Amino acid sequence: MQLAATILLDGFVYAAWLFIVAVGLTLVFGVMKILNVAHGQFYSIGAYATASLVGVWFAKGFAPAASYLVMLAAAALVGLVVGFVLERAVLRLIYGRDEVVGALATYAVFLILEDAVRLSWGTDAYLAPQPRELMGISEMFELTVANYDVFLILVAIVVGVGFWYGLNRTRVGRLLLAVIHDREMAAAFGVNVNRMFTITFIIGGMLGALGGAMTAPVISVSPGIGVEVIVLAFAVVVIGGMGSVVGALIGALIVGVARAMAVHLAPNLELFVIYAVMTAVLAFRPHGLFARAEARKI
Amino acid sequence: MARDRTLPAIGVILALGLVAAAFVPTWTVSFATLALAKGIVIIGLVLLMRAALVPFGQALFYGAGAYATALAVRVGGVSDAILLVLVSLVACGVLAWLLGFIMSRYREIFFAMLSLSFSMILYGVLVKNADLGGTDGFTVATPTFLGTKVDIPTARRLLLGLAIVLTAGAAALVHIYLRSPLGALCEAIRDNEIRVEYLGTSVRRAIHVKFTIAGALAGVGGAIAAMSVGHVSPEMTYWTTSGELVFTAILSGTGSVLAPIIGSFVFESVQTLAFQYAPRFWQMLIGIVLLGIILFLPGGIWSLVKRRAGAKP
Repeated sequence: MQLAATILLDGFVYAAWLFIVAVGLTLVFGVMKILNVAHGQFYSIGAYATASLVGVWFAKGFAPAASYLVMLAAAALVGLVVGFVLERAVLRLIYGRDEVVGALATYAVFLILEDAVRLSWGTDAYLAPQPRELMGISEMFELTVANYDVFLILVAIVVGVGFWYGLNRTRVGRLLLAVIHDREMAAAFGVNVNRMFTITFIIGGMLGALGGAMTAPVISVSPGIGVEVIVLAFAVVVIGGMGSVVGALIGALIVGVARAMAVHLAPNLELFVIYAVMTAVLAFRPHGLFARAEARKI
Repeated sequence: MARDRTLPAIGVILALGLVAAAFVPTWTVSFATLALAKGIVIIGLVLLMRAALVPFGQALFYGAGAYATALAVRVGGVSDAILLVLVSLVACGVLAWLLGFIMSRYREIFFAMLSLSFSMILYGVLVKNADLGGTDGFTVATPTFLGTKVDIPTARRLLLGLAIVLTAGAAALVHIYLRSPLGALCEAIRDNEIRVEYLGTSVRRAIHVKFTIAGALAGVGGAIAAMSVGHVSPEMTYWTTSGELVFTAILSGTGSVLAPIIGSFVFESVQTLAFQYAPRFWQMLIGIVLLGIILFLPGGIWSLVKRRAGAKP
């Protein structure tokens, strides 16, 4: 019983983290039809920015409770700056080309940023455990739970609800839905598709960076974290169906719980399980669990 | 239409290569062998990329080929280089043929993703397998040639010779295949699949065949790499290796089977230089070049060669 609870809790925490990262990826794909490999670098830059800013924050002795706002600000700033620059400088040039070209171009950006991150922050690991330690631990269902992990789940829920509200209840969100549904028709009705793309990419980048920011207090931030994250996010997004927010949620839950089960029951299968699930879903539902069917074109 | 000089060119490369293999300085031998090993993988990739299929997990077969050879040496007691190449060829050919039943149903980004997930499964298995050395992998003993045990420098040179013969063979076979009716369908599939179906051919079968050939060739490349480096590790199946392979294919261009040979040499040279002089800028350099090619030179290096050749009377 306790094992089951541990697995579920670990699974949900992992799923929350995956969802925050993957939802940005799926949004960008849904709107722009670009599989953004560089999303992994939003994550790592977000983590680095958070780790160094939080480090400075505590070194200067500023109010500890406000460090969570620092994390948020770091993620927003990274998404805004990097997202805006990338969209204007690179993505603008490849709109309208094959989906695979989008993946390759963002892969190129991924490589460039990988070295750029290494040059900016060096190869030493950064630690910023204070925000996590500050929250303490509590007892729940006979388990010792870090409150920060619960906080992570809450953040994921806020992101999810925010997404639903933003897409369905705001003007920009509805315009985005129109673009997702039919880009050309939306443009014909006067939607500024290019501006929608910029906004989308910045929001996607902010979410990737938020994923990194939330993880920074948990891990030691070191080179290469973006490389691992991006394949995991791919798995989540592909399982759920690329472009589907509900899909990203379900995908994150499936991968999170599957991984937690593997970690506690068969540690050797940890990575295997994640990609086996991804393969199985692709084999039976080629477009993922929640993707819209597309009409075939002659 | 200009006469096709590809096959004679392959013959010339083969002859010159074999002569050069006997005389080139020692430090270039391993370098050239590794470049050719990658070149063979890229020749297979060209086949798929001509049909607009970009596998983000071709390292699956590259790594599987390397491990097949390594295991044949360690467990099977096979030591002959040619036999080892055959083992990897058959193993990866069969693996690709089996996976091809599923893969041939997928296109575009889904093809790329499924291919990626297969390669990550193998990675996940290898990394956690203590018997196979986990993340460290294990070493591969120096192979013998036609039953003869030779000293290491000679073995390296002979391996280079074998790699040259295999590369030329692969290039020639793929070239002939591409000129056959089934092979010529590549471009047609890229342009409009449904019309190809209306012509009375099965697109799925055509893709299945291409996928199998590409997998088998990647296995051969992996076998040579394993023997040349003398070591295999899970890194060979990781997605970054696949990314590198796709990058080299794009750098080369898919216009000809000769392109991958040029491209893989350019890639290995630049990589060696970069590791020497600017190791911290290496990935940035690849990224910039990749971006440049996507934007300004979609035909890769080959389009430069072709432009030059076309300028002559």
